[in-house]
Amino acid sequence: MATVETRPARLRRDLPQWLRALVRPVPLGLAAACVFLVVGSLLSNDFAQQTVAGLAQGTIFGSLALALVLIYRATEVINFAQGEMAMATTYVAYQLISWGLSYWEAFFATLVVAFVFGVVVQVVFIRPVQHTSVIAVVIVTVGLFILIDGLVTWKWGADLKFMPAPFGKTVYHVGGVAFAQQDLGTLLVSVLSVLLLWALFRFTKLGLAMRAAALRPASARLVGVRVDRMLAIGWGFAAVLGAVAGLMAEPAQYVLQPSLMQPILLYAFAAAVLGGLESPAGAVVGGIALGVFLNLVGQYVGFVTSELRLPFAFAVLLVVLLVKPAGLFGRARVRRV
Amino acid sequence: MSGLLELRDVEAHYGPVQALRGVSLEVEEGTIVAVLGANGAGKTTTLRAISGTVRRTGELRFAGQELGRLGPEDTARLGIAHVPEGRGTFAELTVWENLRLGAYTRRGSIREDVQRVLAYFPWLDDRRHQEAGTLSGGEQQMLALARAFVARPRLLLLDEPSLGLAPVLVTEIFRIIRELNEREGLTVLVVEQNAHIALQLAATAYVLEVGRVALAGPSEELRAHESVRKSYLGY
Amino acid sequence: MKPSAVGLATTVVAGAVLALLPFALSSYHQGLAAQVGVYFIAILGLNILTGYSGQISIGHGAFMAIGGYTTAIMSRDHRTNLILTMLMALAICFVLGLVVGLPALRLSGVYLALATFALAVSVPQLPLKFSTFLGGSNGVQSAETVTHRWLYGASWTAAAILFVLAWLLLRGRTGRAFRAIRDSEIAATSSGVRLPIYKTLAFGVSAAYAGVAGSLYVLGTNGFAQPNEFGVLLSLQILVGAAVAGLGSLWGVLAGAAFVGLLPTISKDVPLVGSAHGQDVVFGLIVVLVMLLLPQGFAGFLARLARLRAARPASDRP
Ligand SMILES: Nc1ncnc2c1ncn2[C@@H]1O[C@H](COP(=O)(O)OP(=O)(O)OP(=O)(O)O)[C@@H](O)[C@H]1O
Ligand SMILES: [Mg+2]
Repeated sequence: MATVETRPARLRRDLPQWLRALVRPVPLGLAAACVFLVVGSLLSNDFAQQTVAGLAQGTIFGSLALALVLIYRATEVINFAQGEMAMATTYVAYQLISWGLSYWEAFFATLVVAFVFGVVVQVVFIRPVQHTSVIAVVIVTVGLFILIDGLVTWKWGADLKFMPAPFGKTVYHVGGVAFAQQDLGTLLVSVLSVLLLWALFRFTKLGLAMRAAALRPASARLVGVRVDRMLAIGWGFAAVLGAVAGLMAEPAQYVLQPSLMQPILLYAFAAAVLGGLESPAGAVVGGIALGVFLNLVGQYVGFVTSELRLPFAFAVLLVVLLVKPAGLFGRARVRRV
Repeated sequence: MSGLLELRDVEAHYGPVQALRGVSLEVEEGTIVAVLGANGAGKTTTLRAISGTVRRTGELRFAGQELGRLGPEDTARLGIAHVPEGRGTFAELTVWENLRLGAYTRRGSIREDVQRVLAYFPWLDDRRHQEAGTLSGGEQQMLALARAFVARPRLLLLDEPSLGLAPVLVTEIFRIIRELNEREGLTVLVVEQNAHIALQLAATAYVLEVGRVALAGPSEELRAHESVRKSYLGY
Repeated sequence: MKPSAVGLATTVVAGAVLALLPFALSSYHQGLAAQVGVYFIAILGLNILTGYSGQISIGHGAFMAIGGYTTAIMSRDHRTNLILTMLMALAICFVLGLVVGLPALRLSGVYLALATFALAVSVPQLPLKFSTFLGGSNGVQSAETVTHRWLYGASWTAAAILFVLAWLLLRGRTGRAFRAIRDSEIAATSSGVRLPIYKTLAFGVSAAYAGVAGSLYVLGTNGFAQPNEFGVLLSLQILVGAAVAGLGSLWGVLAGAAFVGLLPTISKDVPLVGSAHGQDVVFGLIVVLVMLLLPQGFAGFLARLARLRAARPASDRP
């Protein structure tokens, strides 16, 4: 029986190889969105400002979403405590600064602390339940959520804390559009840390072993990869990404309090699902898309007031789940057994 | 005289199921040894017991060292490369990454080893960046061999390398295994359903029946043995 | 003794204790015990969904919110009898549960968890948006308030009725269908279970239970339905309770309810150097420890005990 070729498929076949990959609904849609944003930004200063602010916020969502995806890919577990871990490490930075470190010294020291924290959490709390049931692991992360929140409040109090701003208050004017240094700095730091992590996974032996351990643990052990150790290191890196998200979220909100990351965790969930829970690139793109989208919708759609931002993000999540459960970037692949 | 690998009275369980009921075997350095047996006889489990993917009791010695409680990560470091049933390919990773993982336990550059491997599997060079899952079954089997070989193992454990392959490819793969053995001195313990080809390849062979060694000896003798002929060679 | 006999005996004893308890407790403790009853109902409902039909939900706080607001609004606007509002909450949440269950047919595992979590997050935001009808962040005050003793009686009576209903539902044909779906959807379909019907039914029943719980929950907060009370944490607490109880068994539910209903209050009294926030530390720590020690929950623990006892005579045989 001859297979009937659909029209789009035929069109695609006639294109050169490099173009063929792009002519798919998702890349096309994203390209269209980018064009829309650029054109809009050229036409309206307000629009440009909102877009940049949305990008900055989106990279924060994206970093935390990426942290969630790293862990999900390795263990098929959603870490509900990811946001609280990020929040706790932000308090560590706060403490270090109040002991006299400069912001950036504290920043890097905090990343180290976060890595150790992530590893310890995995080894002490997650590893013992890892092989029982997914639900047990999820409940443990929920317990950690409550525990970490309690510990931080206990140690530092629930009142607002203030940290020095990492980026100046300068605003750059480019052709009538005001870009806050704050937004640009956030964008830069988040993107840089995601890129570094990507390079680590892509080019180093450790990164390769971590991917192997996450994708095919049994085969990985046969070639000598210590899978348990890789999972712990994975939690470490996820915590580092979370810490970056926390440290960037704090100046965006101007104050530090224990609930810092709770809404961001929720947006990160939405972003991760939007991009495809199995896809690291998807998580980042999903986060950015969500950030920009919410900012623009908040600006231009009167009905979506600030109370509706979160429900709106989750409406997006629900629609994605129902229409394309694998997410924008996920491949519908048969689950391994 | 003591072999590179020695098993004495090895037992293994899957929950309540006892898969090995006291297996003893020996593999001399530089030889090819085959393990034959009906489905469910415990061939795969024997290899798993050696590499440590299944918990086992009994005596297992490799190069004078007790394998005891070692897991697969450790036996891999000792130089045992296990190509499991289903080949253990990292389907989502590229061919090149699969080879790099093969050499995971080794330090330093693997270029030289890759060159050596490419001499046997020249086509792999063009496929470096292809996702391993998109290779054909036969190609994946060769990739699995190549991956095991870049590890420069002292002992190669192969589980049914002929499974699902066309006869031409089976011959090809066994030719390569023999070459690796003859030229590089690689020691191989191979599990096979295809008794014809396995007995041609191996110098010695073991026949397992329900978790025990039922017969053992030089391949020619086994080939002449009546029960082997009836059950495994089919004449 | 057979497990069912043990269960029956336990139920009778528990029932007797619960009936006599109000005479021994102060009003404050009656309030606490009533709260345990509320959690009992909610956890029972979630267990029917997750433990029996295998669909996870982290959004039951949303159904509780809907049930609670139903009671508060009906009482505020129409002075409806409170018991009647509970039945309305039950009916409304049953229907909404069916509605949510339909799209849920397409989802499973983590995806379903996140989708229901979306509900838990979104529903409490609605009163803020539609503040004239739903009272904004101040909440809705019901016209009537009730005493702790009334609440105790109402919640445990409801709990007992709903428990019996759940038991009847789960021991029969429907329960078999649920379990078949949980164990393998493919096998269930091929043995003639109509998946869509039973899966949405499980959602509806489960939501209805949450609705009743929400209604009682509001009565327990002096008839005040407030968005804050129905935050994400409530959904998480119910999930924790269900996990502590042990999924797929009705007998652990009391332990799960007591765990989430009492532990935060008890841990408030644990002396932790000069702070009220020690409460969360203790609660979180115990949640984690319980899951580390009893990953199958309390019911799993009981089952393991029963198995140990059953295994002992067997090991005497050669
Ligand atoms: N994961 C497992 N869980 C339970 N029992 C198992 C498992 N793996 C193997 N077994 C049992 O152990 C016994 C030996 O299995 P094994 O896989 O070693 O056989 P085999 O000789 O490799 O068979 P085949 O030729 O079919 O591959 C069989 O009875 C099998 O059912
Ligand atoms: Mg086998």
